[in-house]
Amino acid sequence: MSTLELKQITKSFGATKVIRGIDLAVNHGEFTVFVGPSGCGKSTLLRMIAGLETATSGDVLIDDVRVNDITAAERGLAMVFQSYALYPHMSVRQNLSFGLENIKTPKPEIKRRVDEAARMLRMEALLDRRPGQLSGGQRQRVAIGRAVVREPKIFLFDEPLSNLDAELRVQMRVEIGSLHQRLGNTMIYVTHDQVEAMTMADRIAVLKDGRLEQFGRPLDLYNRPANLFVAGFIGSPRMNFLSAKLTEATGICAFATVDGGGTVKVPCVAAGAPGSAVKLGIRPEHIRPVEAGGGDIALKVTLTEQLGGESYLHGTVPSGEALSVRLPGQTRVTRGETIGVVLGESNLRHLFDAETGLVFEPADAEG
Amino acid sequence: MITSTDVSSFLARRRGRAGLDWTDVLAYTYLALGVLIVLLPVLWMFLSSIKSQRALVENDPRLLPYEQVMVPGATADQPPLGVFVWRKPDGSTVDVAFRAPRGRNMLVHTLADPATAIEVPRDQLTRKDKVAPRYQNYTEPTLGSTQTRTFNFLRYFWNSTFVTVVATLITLVVNAMAAFALSKYQFKGRDAIVLIIVATLLIPPTVILVPLFMTVSSLGMINSLWGVIIPAVATPTGVFLLRQYMLTIPDELLEAARMDSASEWKIFWRIMLPLSLPALSVLAILSVMWRWNDFMWPLIVLTQSEVFTLQLGLSTFKGELNDNMHYLLAMTVLTLLPVTLVFVFLQKHITTGIANTGLK
Repeated sequence: MSTLELKQITKSFGATKVIRGIDLAVNHGEFTVFVGPSGCGKSTLLRMIAGLETATSGDVLIDDVRVNDITAAERGLAMVFQSYALYPHMSVRQNLSFGLENIKTPKPEIKRRVDEAARMLRMEALLDRRPGQLSGGQRQRVAIGRAVVREPKIFLFDEPLSNLDAELRVQMRVEIGSLHQRLGNTMIYVTHDQVEAMTMADRIAVLKDGRLEQFGRPLDLYNRPANLFVAGFIGSPRMNFLSAKLTEATGICAFATVDGGGTVKVPCVAAGAPGSAVKLGIRPEHIRPVEAGGGDIALKVTLTEQLGGESYLHGTVPSGEALSVRLPGQTRVTRGETIGVVLGESNLRHLFDAETGLVFEPADAEG
Repeated sequence: MITSTDVSSFLARRRGRAGLDWTDVLAYTYLALGVLIVLLPVLWMFLSSIKSQRALVENDPRLLPYEQVMVPGATADQPPLGVFVWRKPDGSTVDVAFRAPRGRNMLVHTLADPATAIEVPRDQLTRKDKVAPRYQNYTEPTLGSTQTRTFNFLRYFWNSTFVTVVATLITLVVNAMAAFALSKYQFKGRDAIVLIIVATLLIPPTVILVPLFMTVSSLGMINSLWGVIIPAVATPTGVFLLRQYMLTIPDELLEAARMDSASEWKIFWRIMLPLSLPALSVLAILSVMWRWNDFMWPLIVLTQSEVFTLQLGLSTFKGELNDNMHYLLAMTVLTLLPVTLVFVFLQKHITTGIANTGLK
């Protein structure tokens, strides 16, 4: 069992508050991704879990034991660094066995584990080389191997793929995923790439400005974003937001008039008074184009992107706000044309309080 | 590997495609001048070190070690006679052996007829010289059977080696530890400490000579090699040099080692020291040169000849009454060798050390 729990963790560097109180519980064997824009504190949070930084206040619990005062060396975790941080003066084999030597593992056991990790990561042929003689992808493997041989309670990954090219990144993503399935360890993975987060995570923690915005399964984050930030951050291309006015709110659904367009129905519990400003969120893949003059709102297309299998329309609505549409297959709509669009099925729409940015909870969440 | 063709093609590089450009001439002249300036004193010293005591006393300006040709005396108990070339008034020359001065003339005999003494004007005689390197300058003080019984080369060599090796090892370890703490740990007053350490460079060593002597003396280290070693091991130059280098080693390596359950002690020995090798080599070279060539401090601390270092031993050749310049020069050449060798080997190590730092 390896669980991790963060209780009201904060971290300040001098007067700068980097982490502003985070509560989080990671279950055993879970692959958790910390995602957020750069500077959101996700790496700092990871380093606090690792023990490389001390928390200013709050507790870190591993297996229900408070580890705030236990050094990184004694926490029994393993970390893969963004720069790999391989020891340049040691061979790959020495890099892998260094950690095991430090905890006084018997020699035959070290050899067994190193060989096993090398086989698992397909780097048997590299064991006698120095890190300087390896390619980026190979170094990445060694860095992961160094974590694997330790058989740690929890794996920590700090943006491990950011130095790789796109093709290698996809490949390593798959490898780390399959490694998790094979080992079944608890893993915590930090990235700023929401695609990595969506594809790899069991649960995603979205961070912004040192706060936890939302923590949940990838599809829950996609389907039920808690606020404007998460809605905009998860999903590619990002969700469209249109300013609107609340016109009517019943207990189970709300009606909002989009600026420069028609009134749409959103099944949610809107708390605001009629006339208050709201944001309507709708994903590009849920918008359907119709003939000009039809639909919920007019869209003046300024750019079309034809990818063959799918197409994107980018344009502006009468209020001047940008709107993107993702269509399956190919489209005949050309630049400069004005079309009408249907703003999705009602249950695919999201309504946010324009002031707080919080979502109005869907009606079925109540029941 | 560097082959001889590489070297020759390197040395023969020039700007002009076909012939020598004028810049080539200028460049090679400049380089040759540089080589001469650096090499000539050493070469001169070496050539002088194989001259006889007499040639040195005579201030013979010739580079090569010339010596007068000698022939045995008339009987076995008489001293050998010096040979001169007698240029007769008719222009012919003949070798003669010098017997004794006779006023403005000299009494000589020809080598062919030793029995007949001839009187010859002094200005018709020139000394007959031959090149005769005197290697005994080297063998006599080192292998015993020497006129100066006070100079024990092997003992001094051992003392110097002991001081240099031990002091350098301690210097490297102590300074690296200080540099590690001052570069990789965050604590209050860190920069102030670095500043104070570097500021001690401003104090001339002569100023602290007396207090230092009193400290060493009260610790009972007078006439002990440790009295030479210990006061010299902590150097501001070394701390500064190593610290600046260690600052360039990424913190992530240390963090990776901490995640690998390495103790700070282990991080120092297994991560920091190997990665600082280029800087350590530089400091090692400096330390070896400092300790090997040190004269003033050993002169103060060491008064008994059994604990003399080579530099002190050399000074015994130059007394008030005796002047053994030939031994002094020969032993100076020997004294130079170890430092030169250390430099040659460690210099090679520096370049490979830098190349091995294959960190991205």
